[in-house]
Amino acid sequence: MKWLIGHLWLIPFFPLVAAAVIAFMKKEKREAAPFFAIGAILVSFVLSCLLFLAFIGIQKTPYGHGLSVHLSHYLWFVTGTTPEIVSLILDPLTLTMLFVVTIVSSLVFIYSLGYMHEDPNIVRFFCFLSLFAASMLGLVISNHLLILFMCWELVGVSSYLLIGFWYEKPEAAAAAKKAFIVTRVGDIGFFIGLLLLYQKTGTLLLYGGSYPAIFSHETLDLLKINAVTLPLFGGVILTTILGVLLFFGAMGKSAQFPFHVWLPDAMEGPTPVSALIHAATMVAAGVFLVGRMFPLLEGSGAMPVIAWIGGITALFAATIAVAQFDIKRLLAYSTISQLGYMMMGLGLGGYVAGIFHLMTHAFFKALLFLGSGSVIHGCHGEQDMRHMGGLRKAMPVTFWTYLAGTLALAGIFPLSGFWSKDEILLEAYLHHRPLYWIGTSVAFLTAFYMFRQIFMVFFGSWRGHGQAHESPQTMLWPLRILAILAVFAGLIGTPFLFGNPFRHFLAPGHHAPDPSFFVMAVSTGVALFGIFVAYLLYGRKPLTGEDPLLSYLKGIFILLQRKYYMDELYQNTFVKGANGLARFFREVDELVIDGFLSRTGWATLVLSRFNQWCDNFFLNGGFDRACDGIKGSGGQLRRVQTGRAQDYLLIAAVGAVVLYFLSRIL
Amino acid sequence: MDFPILSLMHLFPLLAGLCYLFLPSDNKPLLRWGAFGITLIPFLFSFSLLKHFNSQNPGFQFVEKMPWIPAIRVEYFLGVDGLSLTMVFLTTLLVPLAVLASFSIEKNIKTYMFLFLLLETGTLGVFLALNFFHFFLFWEMGLIPMFFLIKIWGSEDRDAAAFKFFLYTLFGSVMMLLAFQVLFLATKTFDFTELVILSRSGLLKVSLLFWAKRVGLPFTPEVMTTIAFFLISVAFAIKVPIWPFHTWLPDAHTQAPTAGSMILAGLLLKMGVYGFLRISLPLFPDVVRTFAPFLAILALASILFGAFAAMAQTDLKRMIAYSSVNHMGYCMLGIFAVSASGGLEAKASALNGVLLQMFNHGITSAALFFMVGVLYDRAHTRDLSRFGGLRKIMPIFAGLMGISAFSSLGLPGLNGFVSEFLIFRGSFSLMTPLTLLATIGLLVTAIYLLSMLQLLFHGPLGEYASFSDVTGREIAVAAPLIFFMFFVGIHPSPLIELTNEAVVHLLKVFS
Repeated sequence: MKWLIGHLWLIPFFPLVAAAVIAFMKKEKREAAPFFAIGAILVSFVLSCLLFLAFIGIQKTPYGHGLSVHLSHYLWFVTGTTPEIVSLILDPLTLTMLFVVTIVSSLVFIYSLGYMHEDPNIVRFFCFLSLFAASMLGLVISNHLLILFMCWELVGVSSYLLIGFWYEKPEAAAAAKKAFIVTRVGDIGFFIGLLLLYQKTGTLLLYGGSYPAIFSHETLDLLKINAVTLPLFGGVILTTILGVLLFFGAMGKSAQFPFHVWLPDAMEGPTPVSALIHAATMVAAGVFLVGRMFPLLEGSGAMPVIAWIGGITALFAATIAVAQFDIKRLLAYSTISQLGYMMMGLGLGGYVAGIFHLMTHAFFKALLFLGSGSVIHGCHGEQDMRHMGGLRKAMPVTFWTYLAGTLALAGIFPLSGFWSKDEILLEAYLHHRPLYWIGTSVAFLTAFYMFRQIFMVFFGSWRGHGQAHESPQTMLWPLRILAILAVFAGLIGTPFLFGNPFRHFLAPGHHAPDPSFFVMAVSTGVALFGIFVAYLLYGRKPLTGEDPLLSYLKGIFILLQRKYYMDELYQNTFVKGANGLARFFREVDELVIDGFLSRTGWATLVLSRFNQWCDNFFLNGGFDRACDGIKGSGGQLRRVQTGRAQDYLLIAAVGAVVLYFLSRIL
Repeated sequence: MDFPILSLMHLFPLLAGLCYLFLPSDNKPLLRWGAFGITLIPFLFSFSLLKHFNSQNPGFQFVEKMPWIPAIRVEYFLGVDGLSLTMVFLTTLLVPLAVLASFSIEKNIKTYMFLFLLLETGTLGVFLALNFFHFFLFWEMGLIPMFFLIKIWGSEDRDAAAFKFFLYTLFGSVMMLLAFQVLFLATKTFDFTELVILSRSGLLKVSLLFWAKRVGLPFTPEVMTTIAFFLISVAFAIKVPIWPFHTWLPDAHTQAPTAGSMILAGLLLKMGVYGFLRISLPLFPDVVRTFAPFLAILALASILFGAFAAMAQTDLKRMIAYSSVNHMGYCMLGIFAVSASGGLEAKASALNGVLLQMFNHGITSAALFFMVGVLYDRAHTRDLSRFGGLRKIMPIFAGLMGISAFSSLGLPGLNGFVSEFLIFRGSFSLMTPLTLLATIGLLVTAIYLLSMLQLLFHGPLGEYASFSDVTGREIAVAAPLIFFMFFVGIHPSPLIELTNEAVVHLLKVFS
């Protein structure tokens, strides 16, 4: 099994090969494609489990903060005398991510078999899914920022392909483009961060072993001491500016404010894709990046930025979620909000808390998305919660699993979300009170909007068309497994069982803050209160007409429903601005530069007319025709173009003569 | 002298083309496959070159040298080094594909194909020649066939476009010729290697000063070299093209036949960058260094204005043409950043990136122009707004075009990313503010290429609902290009190995 640690590339390799094989398959191979894809991801899952055993089995080699990492290096290319060494890593963070990504992906793949079984393009779907999983797995094992960035962009392009999977729908095509471009804005920041990092350290290796690397003590010290001078900001310590630049990438991918606008639109993709994007792959990448760069970020001036952006995002998105009617869009805003939570945790120094919440969130959010897919499937494609209701009878398995996921997300004891959310709130409570109260109000809003959804979808009476039905078993089994994970996965991180084994695994030697019963009590209290308010508004008296909140909040509700008009704002500033610039530069070419040239051309023409006159006057007719030829106004030229070779030759000869004399004279 | 492989490669298309003219004009398959067969021979030669090329040797290899016109000291002098080898390979790869892409041409096939053979000899001549006379001869030889290709086989506005193309490039050529006349009068040589030695020892300036004195020009040697540099470089700047010398390009591309665009974007633009690397930089390092910031701003203008102008186009081919302005801008940014002062490793990174970018853009732009041609063959329009939903009926085509577009926008894992990263990595420490601004180009490129994909392939099916997907021949043209996109993107080291020693050698002039 030690062998496996040296061959980490095998993990993304299988889904990648599956994607490549499926890409060459015919559209009719509807059985074979899912078989390959699911087989490959299951192999990756098994390998990840074996890796875990191998990892805890063998002698640890401490590195940095008492962590043990295993590296494998490869030479990529050489420019000048600088070799570009790329490298793969196995450390507790990688293992955690491998486990989460492979298990959630496997379940989503199996679920897709049921969900997409009628889609004519199921083969292509599994090709893209496999590519998606492969790039995410590549991302988490990268030990070189350039390789990480490559996988990062591949994650982006696979989500582009999957969000736009139903490309005939103009909304889906637009959403795919938006996702790619908005995240690329963040990626430009990331890219500049890489350039700066490379300039200052000469390497993009994270952990180096025997090679120079970013996380070596010397390099980190160098980055902590030196500063760059920026216009407006003055001198900024390198770790701060680097941290902020890298965080730009993470903001794009993890849909942090103000780059969050792509994520709700990404709901246009098939629901399994949403589950994958929201739980294990795309958006997790940003949080993972912050976790991966933690040795650089820790203690830098970028941390407050991360914490505040996270906190603002969490609150901002939670308020929007309150006023949504689309079952998936509501979940999308919930994801943004929870990602903000994770960022806030990381930004406050809670490395374990942030990653722990990433993991538990992956399970319950995958569950909720797959559950919502099951609801949509059962309601014949209906996504508006106002046209649902009373589904707990028609779809019992979906209901119970969905409820488990909701309780986990709301942070009810002792479900997984409770433990991870509590760790983040504890960090905030200890280090930053304003953010603690923001986090607590988000906990209230979360419980409220999730139960608003539960009551609207599963309680009351059926308000839709046709008959709702339960989904097939290929879809229900992933729900059951995820429900178990959503309920119990948090127990590996409780301070009350074996003293938080997850913390010891992820960050051995890190001092754990003492659990605070005050924080636990308050968060549970506000969550229960949120559920109670939701019950008052939506449970006691099932929805009949318009949303009761609308009558209480009126304008605010509309503002929230329209997402604070952020899309309109961007449309009127950035999109219009860019289009205006584009038109401007087209005009510059067509009017200014070509205009100048045509003036010059006109002047030349006048000169050549004069020349022609001289020629006519002094020379005989044979030479004339050639001069007409080079003079070049359209009419004459068309005559030349009749295809007589002697004309061409004559022109060429005359041209040569002219050049010769010109060169003699000058 | 060894086996004259370079001469064979270089002159074979021309000589075989002359025989080709005697083929019967009415046998279309014979004419098509005959031309394809002829262009395959140089391709095989270039494989042999790659095999026997010693990448550790920074100097010229496979050198052939003999007297040609002793009266004006012109020698027949050929050789390849790391700067030219990848371009030679690219040429011999793209020409057969362009010929294969031209099988849909019906009008006057024989002349058409002959012009392509001429074009290949001309392009190879530029990349192989080490003597200015030879270089210029074939520089012009690349111009004339392209003029006729646009003029005879082009689209609706071909006359004006061909003429604009011709005038622009001719203007550059005249300037270059002038400068070299002066250089010859001053130094009595056309030999690039000798000129470089003179430049390095400072004798170039001295002899220019003497010449100026003799003819009574009151210029200092600095002014003389500056004038010579700009006269020569304007020819290259037009060819690249650098903003604001670029407006011939969109017109020429839009009107040129598909294969013409492939060669124009794939090869002829590279002749400009190559000219900078082979002539302008080594001959006038001081001048380049002095003017580097100014020139780099022009490169930045190419990157940004090219990208924005592309975004505003409604004509598919014009959009791709402007993307060439944008991508060649990265090459020029790299070159001018390298001319500034800075660390050798950063320069090596940027310059290797430039050479790789030349190759990559050759592959990618040829692929994109070919795809546009595939579409044009079916729709007879390039108007973006008239397409839509084509992925449904042309899934393979959509896939091929998608990969090419992503290669062009620099998706990691495909070729464009590696070269752009190397250029950015190098330029960042050499010219930080300009490089930072250039990253905006990366974003705008993504915007217009994704918009293009959206307009062509997504949404409901538009007015063209009966197109057939790509044919076997069309896949055969695209497949090698797609292969190289992946190959260079994942495993660039074979190509970088070829260029690295030559790059380090060239950089010595700046140290």
